[in-house]
Parts: sequence; structure tokens; C-alpha cells
Amino acid sequence: MDNLLSIVTFIPALAALILAVFLRGEDAAAKKNAKYVALFATTITFLISIGIYTGFDPADTGFQFVEEGQWLLGLKYKMGVDGISVLFVLLTTFIMPLTILASWNVETRVKEYMIAFLILETLMLGVFMALDLVLFYLFFEAGLIPMFLIIGIWGGKDRIYASFKFFLYTFLGSVLMLVAMVAMFSQAGTTDIEALLSHNFASDDFSVLGIHIVGGLQTLLFLAFFASFAVKMPMWPVHTWLPDAHVQAPTAGSVVLAAILLKMGGYGFLRFSLPMFPVGSEVMGPVVLWMSAIAIVYTSLVALVQEDMKKLIAYSSVAHMGFVTMGIFAANQQGIDGAIFQMLSHGFISAALFLIVGVIYDRMHTRDIDAYGGLVNRMPAYALVFMLFTMGNVGLPGTSGFIGEFLTLIGTFQVNTWVAAVATSGVIFSAAYALWLYRRVVFGDLIKGSLKSITDMTTRERVIFAPLVVMTLLLGVYPSLVTDIIGPSTAALVQHYDNATATATAAAQHASN
Amino acid sequence: MMQADLNIILPEMVLAIYAMLALLGAVYTGKDKLASALVWVTAALMLVLAVWIGTGSAGARTAFNGMFNDDGFSRFAKVLILSSAAAVLVMSQEYMQRRGILRFEYPVLVVLATVGMMVMVSAGDLMVLYMGLELQSLALYVVAALRRDSVKSTEAGLKYFVLGALSSGLLLYGASLVYGFAGTTLFSGILQTAKEGEVSVGLLFGLVFLISGMAFKVSAVPFHMWTPDVYQGSPTPVTAFFATAPKAAALGLFARVLFDAFGGAVGDWQQVIALLAVLSMFLGAVAAIGQTDIKRLMAYSSIAHMGFALMGLASGTAFGVQAMLIYVSIYVAMNIGTFAFIMAMERDGTPVTEIAALNMYSKKKPGRALAMLILLFSLAGVPPMLGFFGKFYVLRAAYDGGLAWLAILGVVASVIGAFYYLRIVYYMYFGEEGEELDTNGSPVLWAMLMGSAAIMLLGIINMFGVEGAAQAAAAALVN
Repeated sequence: MDNLLSIVTFIPALAALILAVFLRGEDAAAKKNAKYVALFATTITFLISIGIYTGFDPADTGFQFVEEGQWLLGLKYKMGVDGISVLFVLLTTFIMPLTILASWNVETRVKEYMIAFLILETLMLGVFMALDLVLFYLFFEAGLIPMFLIIGIWGGKDRIYASFKFFLYTFLGSVLMLVAMVAMFSQAGTTDIEALLSHNFASDDFSVLGIHIVGGLQTLLFLAFFASFAVKMPMWPVHTWLPDAHVQAPTAGSVVLAAILLKMGGYGFLRFSLPMFPVGSEVMGPVVLWMSAIAIVYTSLVALVQEDMKKLIAYSSVAHMGFVTMGIFAANQQGIDGAIFQMLSHGFISAALFLIVGVIYDRMHTRDIDAYGGLVNRMPAYALVFMLFTMGNVGLPGTSGFIGEFLTLIGTFQVNTWVAAVATSGVIFSAAYALWLYRRVVFGDLIKGSLKSITDMTTRERVIFAPLVVMTLLLGVYPSLVTDIIGPSTAALVQHYDNATATATAAAQHASN
Repeated sequence: MMQADLNIILPEMVLAIYAMLALLGAVYTGKDKLASALVWVTAALMLVLAVWIGTGSAGARTAFNGMFNDDGFSRFAKVLILSSAAAVLVMSQEYMQRRGILRFEYPVLVVLATVGMMVMVSAGDLMVLYMGLELQSLALYVVAALRRDSVKSTEAGLKYFVLGALSSGLLLYGASLVYGFAGTTLFSGILQTAKEGEVSVGLLFGLVFLISGMAFKVSAVPFHMWTPDVYQGSPTPVTAFFATAPKAAALGLFARVLFDAFGGAVGDWQQVIALLAVLSMFLGAVAAIGQTDIKRLMAYSSIAHMGFALMGLASGTAFGVQAMLIYVSIYVAMNIGTFAFIMAMERDGTPVTEIAALNMYSKKKPGRALAMLILLFSLAGVPPMLGFFGKFYVLRAAYDGGLAWLAILGVVASVIGAFYYLRIVYYMYFGEEGEELDTNGSPVLWAMLMGSAAIMLLGIINMFGVEGAAQAAAAALVN
């Protein structure tokens, strides 16, 4: 199929359209139909997307399955995947059916809920496939709309505040990226990402308003993109929207947010910042590395004192994303491989952790850690699953969490020993908060009266967790499943980066002589 | 010679003569009884003229020794003006009739205002410019006060008149200075005198006064004070009219004067326009936050949008004019849909304009709420709606014109602005259930709302060819 990517991208949107046009009524049957249509559409999308996986040739470091068409203003409708993006596409299609299943208990405005999630899937897939700057921006930004509605309509008590904060925070970050894109369009005359990857943006120093800017235009462009991706990631200190959004979002919303939306930031760094502004990345790299190290330690400590389970996991997400940015800006093979691996692994583990919170939230309608205790007595299967993903979150060898953290730490160690040393301490903190959470919720005596009649996981819930368990363990013991695919592409990326920075350094030396 | 000149202004003549005949006819046959029919006939005539102008002769012609231009730019603007005026007329018929304010003068005055606008965008001479502007303004003053037994409406009309007269005075004063220092009122003559770097102080003063007068008409800050009051006080269909066609015409006039008369001295006006743009974008964004009345909110929203359109103009390039034309076309299409939505807001038959009345509107009317949602995100400039592309064009124009700082300030303002559009979404989707609005609305308003929302979504495929037309129009103006 020539336009496999477009088909995969737009099936969910088509299903959303069908739901919007044909599904009428608010009765139980209509609700059930909406759920089944959404589940069917996301599953079909996943099955078709396997075709991308099987047809993908890892040895080819260029873009594959490319589709191209003309659009307004010399823009292009261009889609394609390479080793860096292909697994994110699969992660998205893999997670979405699970989130729909996890939403089976939603009873209010089910049709709109499913439409929002289906549209969101289309937009997320588009982000990972777009090969045109503006097309990328379009998918990237449009994703805010369904997420805004998901948090605002189906969220918790303070959902309004959280949804506005989420929207405006991320919107402010992205519009600066938009200006940078306009500048790139103007400088390079094209918005084709493939062409831009080989375009050398000016990196001569200049001064703006009396401030001397090392790396010139590249640094400015880097900062503009950084504003967007750092908020999306989210990196310390612009992470504050995330705990609010996570706590207020419905379970499925948190899952999508943690498993996929956050990855857009990391993907953006790999797709744009590093290869297109190598000089800017080199200038700003040490700052980003230290920000990551601070993020890991600081947010781990913050996670330690949380009372709310979702908030704790949200902070732990920020810490894990710190490993990702650290790996990316170490800019070597291990670091970048590790960053991508960490993102994928976090996609499974954090999704599972939010689902785990969802399971007991559905039963008890509270996320306070203090409201639980001794669940192992009534919910053995739940305790087992929770244990596994706690270990994954800690980064225990044998789970996928270990590989990502370890690789990024190795990569960083070669570049900046101190950052690696500080970040490694984060591993210990993460063990502390994750295990302590587990102890308080699962172990101990079941003394709370309200928990006496709590039931273990239903079949539906077990079905949701099964694939996540498999993936976490599989990637933990057989990581080359991922690294074989991403390896050649990251190698090419590192090569490109090293060449570009070396050339720029040589040019600068030449100029100073 | 005369014959050829008249041929060129034929569309304007047709409309003007039609207006007078309609006036006579209605007076002699029973006044307001004919009003409904007259609205429909007028709208149809405007559409026919729009098609005629749009598909008519290519190339540029001038009439009356260069006092009147018929070129790609004026044709683009005229099609936009005529079609938006027709759309607003169609929307207002049912609304005004039910409230007993549908007088036969209404369509006639709208036609006269439209003629004025068409003259404005074609002007090749300061006198013609002033005639067009005044014809438009006088007609608009009267429509603003159409509901003459309502204090608010008459107040709106009076405010508009007093401040409008002031701005006309400024403009006229500027025109006289320009005439004094350039020795001619013809744009082509002024162009000879106003060369980059050698513009005399007197001419510069004249230019500044001209810009002030025109800024009043597009309601750019700091000449915006009339806008919220007039928008709020006028009957909603009239507000819808104010927000669309006159804005397009005033921007067209702006571009016409700046490029046809002062195109040789871009550096002398670029910073002024850029400043107007920045102030408008920020004031529009910030001042709208506290509004509780949706019409007042739309007034500030239009101020902010005019700021973005002026950003394209400020770049001083053909691409900038193209961006401005695209921006204003999208803006007009969005506003028609938005006002169709506002007109349908009523409780027990009386119009409601508080935003809070929209509480949980999405439950009662999911289709309408969704269409409004699309329009609001489009107004906020969030992709994938067409409104985003309008912003993208003007940002690109500003960056290419060396105004990167303007682009950065613009996007920051758009984030602030997004807040108040989101607030409407918040009421419609997240609010508490409160007193309900009536659920029956006129099918015309429904169609306009849905059509406008559909344009915002489907337009991203190829913008319905507006891009190419705007490019041709801009090329005709800037050379």
C-alpha cells in the first residue's frame, strides 16, 4: 500500500466522524455502541500499523513509506517514518485500544468521549509521521483541543483550572516554536523536514539588544523549539502543569498523556533540535544536561512527599523524562538509544501505573494514599501487577525501565561525569518513593473498614494489563528488539551531529586565526 | 471617454441606483411591508454583483483620470465586501422581523454603505477616498441607531457619529496637508513626491493624520474606544455587519493609500503600522478577558484581529498584502459564523448576550456547540482550523519584512487571547447547568453557523483558491 501511513493516521478520525454523524441518542445501547466502535477502530488501527513494523527496513536510515503532496503556500503534505519515529507510531496504536478498554466505565457523554480520544489518536500519530514543519505543528498543536476537552469535561474536581493551565502553558511554548518555524521557512525556503535535516542554518555569533549570542541563529531557533518541547516533556522548571493535568484528567486521559503526549517532546528534540541545530544544541547542551539532573533529583524528592497517588506518579514521570533529555543531549549512540528506549518503556510502565491507580479509584473514588493499605489481602492479582510495574518504575534489571536508565547514564557518563553521578542518585530516590508507595497501599494490615469488601481485578482489567506486562518484561530481557530498529537511525543522527559540530568548530577556529 | 469611465464604475452605479429605486418604491408601496422581500432581493443582487466582479475582466483599468481604480486588488476586496454584506443581510431578516425593527431603510442603508466601501477600496484620489468613506460612515451611523426606541442603540449611534466625525476631521486634515505639500490629491501624483528618505515634514504629518483617520475605521488601538460600545449597543445583525464588511473595506483602503500613494516611502510608515498592530493585538487580548457580554467580547476580539491583519500590512511587501487579504477573508468568514451563533442565543424570545447564559449549551445543542467550538479555536488561531493559517501567513510576512519582533509579540498576544475564547468553550462544555436558552433557531442562522465552521475545517485543504486570488490581488497593488 502506498499510503499506509495516511490510512493508519486517519482511521481513528474516520471512526470519530462516523460516531459523530450516525450515532444518536443517550441510551445504554448508544453508549455501548460508541465504546465498541472506538475499540474496534483503535484495534484495527493497531493491526494495520503492524504492517508498518513488518515492512520497515531498519538498515535504511532514510525515511520510509513516504507520501508527498502539495499544499498551501508551498507547504507539503508529507508523511514518513524512520527508525526514530516508527516505534512511537506503534506505541501509540498499541496504547490506544487499552485506553479505550480502560474507559469502559465512563457513563457521561460517552459518544463525545470516544470521539475526543479517536481524534486525539489521529493527531498523535500525525505528529510522529509528519515530514513537513507546518504539518507537524498542526498535529502537535491540534492535540491540545481534544486533551483540553478530555480534562475539562471528564476530569476531577479542579478540572477547569487544570485544563486551562494545560492548554495555555503548552500553547505558549508552542507559539514560540511557530515563530521559529516561520524563520526556518524563510531562511531555507522549504518546510520539508527531510530537506531541512540537511540544511545548515547559520551559526555565526551575533548580538541582539546588546546580548552576545553564541551560535547565532541556531541558538535562537534551538531555544524557541526548546520552549515548546521542554514544556511538553515536561522538564524542570516548566513541569508544573503536568501534576495538575494528571491528577484531574480521567484515567484514560492520564494514560495517553503519560504514555504518548509526553513523548512528543523527546521526539521533537530528536527530530528537530539535535539534527537541525547541532551548533545550538552543543551550546545549550550542558545547560540541558544539568536541568535534567536537577529534574531527576528534585522531582524524585517531591514525589516522595505526595499524598495523592496520581500526583506521585506524575512527578515520577517528570523524573523519568529527565533521563530522556539527559540521554538525548549526551548526543552519543548510547545516550540517544537509551533515551528512545526509556521513552518507549516509560510509555508502557507509566500507562500501567496510571491504570493501576484507576483500578482502585474506580472502586473507592479516592486517590489518597492514606485511604488504602493492606490491599494484598483482598487483591492478590492486583498486588502482583502493581509490584511488577513498581519494579519497572524503579528500574530493576529484567524490566524495560532498567535498560533505558542504564543506557542514558552510560551515554551521559562519557560526556559529563558529574551530571551522570547526580542523576544516578535519582535512581535511588525513585526506588524510595515507588517502594514506599507500594508498601503504604498494598502491604500492612487491612484495617480500613471501607476496604473490607474491595474486589480484585476483573477480567477486563486483566486483559488491559496483560499486554503491558508482556511488553515490560520482553523489552527488559530482549532490548535489541528495540535497539536493532532504532540503532542505524540514531547512529546516522549522531554521525550527522558530530560532523556538523566539528565543521562549525573548525570554521570558528579558522575565523579566529 | 466618459462612456469608458462609466463602464468601469458600473457595479457601483448599479448598486447606487438600485438603492434609490428601492427607497422610492418602498415609500410609495407601503413602507415596511416590503422590507423582508427587499432584504432578500438586495442580498441576491449583491451576490450577483460579487460573481460578476469576481469573474469579470482581468487586468487593471483606471477611470476619471486615475481617480478610480479597477484592479485585481479592488476586485478581491469588493467580492469579499459584497458577499459578506449579503450574508449578513440574509442572517438579519428573520431576527429583525421578529423584533419589529426590520425597516425598509435597513437594506437600503446597507447597500449605500456597501457602495461607499466599494469606492473606498477603488479610490485613486484623496477626494474619492473621502467620499467613499463618508458615504459608508454616514450609512453606518444610522444603522447603528436602528433600534431608535432603545437607549443603548441610540447611544451607540451617537457615539459612533461623534467619534467618527472626529476621525473624518483628522483624515481630512491629513488630506489637506498632503495636498498642500504634494501639490495633488491624486495617489499617483503623491507617489511621485513621497520618495524614501525625502518625504517632507508636512507630508509626513499629513500621512500620520491619514493613518489616524483610517486606524479609527479599522478600530486599531489607540483609536478603538468606540468599538465595544457600538458593538454592544447596536442590534446584533448590525454588529455582525460592523464586524465584517466595513473592516475588510477599511483594511483595503489602508493598503490602497499606503501602497498606491506612499508606496515609495515604506520606511516612513512601517513602524507606525507595526506599533498600531502591537497595541491592537495586546489590548484586544487583555481587555477581552474581563468581558461578560459576548458582543463586547467580540469587539475586543475584532480589535485584536485587526492588529494581526495590520501586521501583514506592516511588512510592506506584496506578500504582506497577500497575507493581510487572506487573513481578513478568513476573519470575515469566522465572524459571520460566530455572529450567526450569537443571534441564535435567546431566552423566551429575547436576545441574550451574557456569556454565562451558555452554560452547558453543548448538552442541549451538541451540533451548534461543536460548530462554535471550531469557530472559537479558529479565532484563537489554534490549528488545524483555518484561523491558524491566517496567523501563519501574517507571521511569515512580518518575519520576511524584517519585523521578527512583531511576530514574536504577536504570538504572545495570541496566547493571552486564547484564554477568553477558551472561556466560552468552558461555559459551553464544562459549566454548571443553569437556565436554558431557547433551542429553536432559524434555519438560516443554523446554515450560516455550520457553513462557517465547515469552511474553517475544510478550508485547510486548499483554502478554496483564496490563496491564489489574494496573491494576484496583492501583486496588482504592490509593484
